[in-house]
Amino acid sequence: MYRIFTLIGQYFLLMNNVFKKPDRSAVFWKQFVQEIEKVGLSSVPIVAIVSVFIGAVITIQASYNISSPLIPKAYVGFMTRETMLLEFSSTMIALVLAGKIGSSIASEIGTMRITEQIDALEIMGVNSANYLILPKITAATIFNPLLMLMSFIIGLVGGWMIALTTDIITPAHYIDGLRMEFKSFYIVYGLIKMAVFNFIITSVSAFYGYNASGGSREVGRSATNGIVSCSLCILIFNLILTHVLL
Amino acid sequence: MIKANHLYKSFEGKPVLQDVSVVFDENKTNLIIGASGSGKTVLLKSLVGLHDVDAGEIWFDDVLYTAQSFEQKKRLRRQIGMLFQGGALFDFATVEENIRFPMDMFTDWSAEEKKERVHFCLQRVQLENVEQLYPAALSGGMQKRVGIARAIALNPRYLFCDEPNSGLDPRTSIVIDKLIHEITHDFKITTIINTHDMNSVMEIGEKVVFIHNGIKHWEGTADEIFHTGNAELDDFVFASKMARELKAEH
Repeated sequence: MYRIFTLIGQYFLLMNNVFKKPDRSAVFWKQFVQEIEKVGLSSVPIVAIVSVFIGAVITIQASYNISSPLIPKAYVGFMTRETMLLEFSSTMIALVLAGKIGSSIASEIGTMRITEQIDALEIMGVNSANYLILPKITAATIFNPLLMLMSFIIGLVGGWMIALTTDIITPAHYIDGLRMEFKSFYIVYGLIKMAVFNFIITSVSAFYGYNASGGSREVGRSATNGIVSCSLCILIFNLILTHVLL
Repeated sequence: MIKANHLYKSFEGKPVLQDVSVVFDENKTNLIIGASGSGKTVLLKSLVGLHDVDAGEIWFDDVLYTAQSFEQKKRLRRQIGMLFQGGALFDFATVEENIRFPMDMFTDWSAEEKKERVHFCLQRVQLENVEQLYPAALSGGMQKRVGIARAIALNPRYLFCDEPNSGLDPRTSIVIDKLIHEITHDFKITTIINTHDMNSVMEIGEKVVFIHNGIKHWEGTADEIFHTGNAELDDFVFASKMARELKAEH
């Protein structure tokens, strides 16, 4: 328990250094754009692939679970939309991103730590935490909610492809379901969750990388610890945000 | 001049530096020598502020470094250049970008001025046509030279080198030693080098400080090192047969 409180304290101390005015705005914005590519755009293929398959699977599962003739077939589309929007495109995609970009950030910063590159930054008078971590957090928190929207749309396309290519449900029923009782706040809810989750992924994994010590084994361990901690935090904050926002 | 007064540092209760007081001479090549694990790297990193000392004072000329705030330390560090044991070059950047980095962060120089300065620094460390290479494509000696070029990019007043010869062959070691020595005098820098290489002591040591088990045991010039009468220092300096023969000749 003591160790957990120590880690939380160290995390907030690091964040205190991260959220300072950058030494050079021009350098920060250049890094910000580079980080959008590294933590956001590079994740587009994996998010698209996962989403299209999950959208298709949800459609099939929903269809087989609605066996009663009293329930309209359009509910298959409705269930696909709600599942994608409320949970999959934010929480599940965030867990996928925790594995992909979380490990990359923790190992990148961890390697910089053990090869003294972070010390070199400090000696030059650069706030290394601010220089290395702030662009990653801002890029992921601002850009990656768009991945949630993309995942949502591609997931629905995955379900539509099932409707188009099988006799489980007709495309017309599926589209009707997608239009049924749509609450636009759910989009806002998903975007807020995705922004919070991406803040967690980048800041927590950077924290583990920044505090790595020793050799390559410790860098690997810090990446693993980073992913595990990110995943746990995402699940906890998913519960809290859902309770607060819905 | 860099001065340390009664420095203490421990890690998890284990003392690493104990009451170390030493003055490093201005515009000279000062060497900290000692066996592996003697505390010399901790002393060097404490001097530059990478480790916070438990007690004691560190002065950079008339500035009490240990009493400064985070922001004040950041400003002073812009006058410090450091060469790390492994080079510590940014592996995401080319040689040119590595040397230009402090200029990008702290100057308003034009692109042309920065390019000229990079060229000058590379010429000074006798490297050519490597601007577009990444650190991984350089040999150990070349990485050290690029590290020196980056360290002198903003004309520092103080230069710290942590084991600049580690992993280098004897000939390259001498080249690096001489380069640091020349730069110290050309740019009027106060240089502190951490080493256990006795060749460095004899080649460039203007002031030598010997650390053993975290305690300063001796300080003096390279010439005086043969006649100190300090048992721990003699044990370290004359560990090899060649050194013992050299002592006999003296």
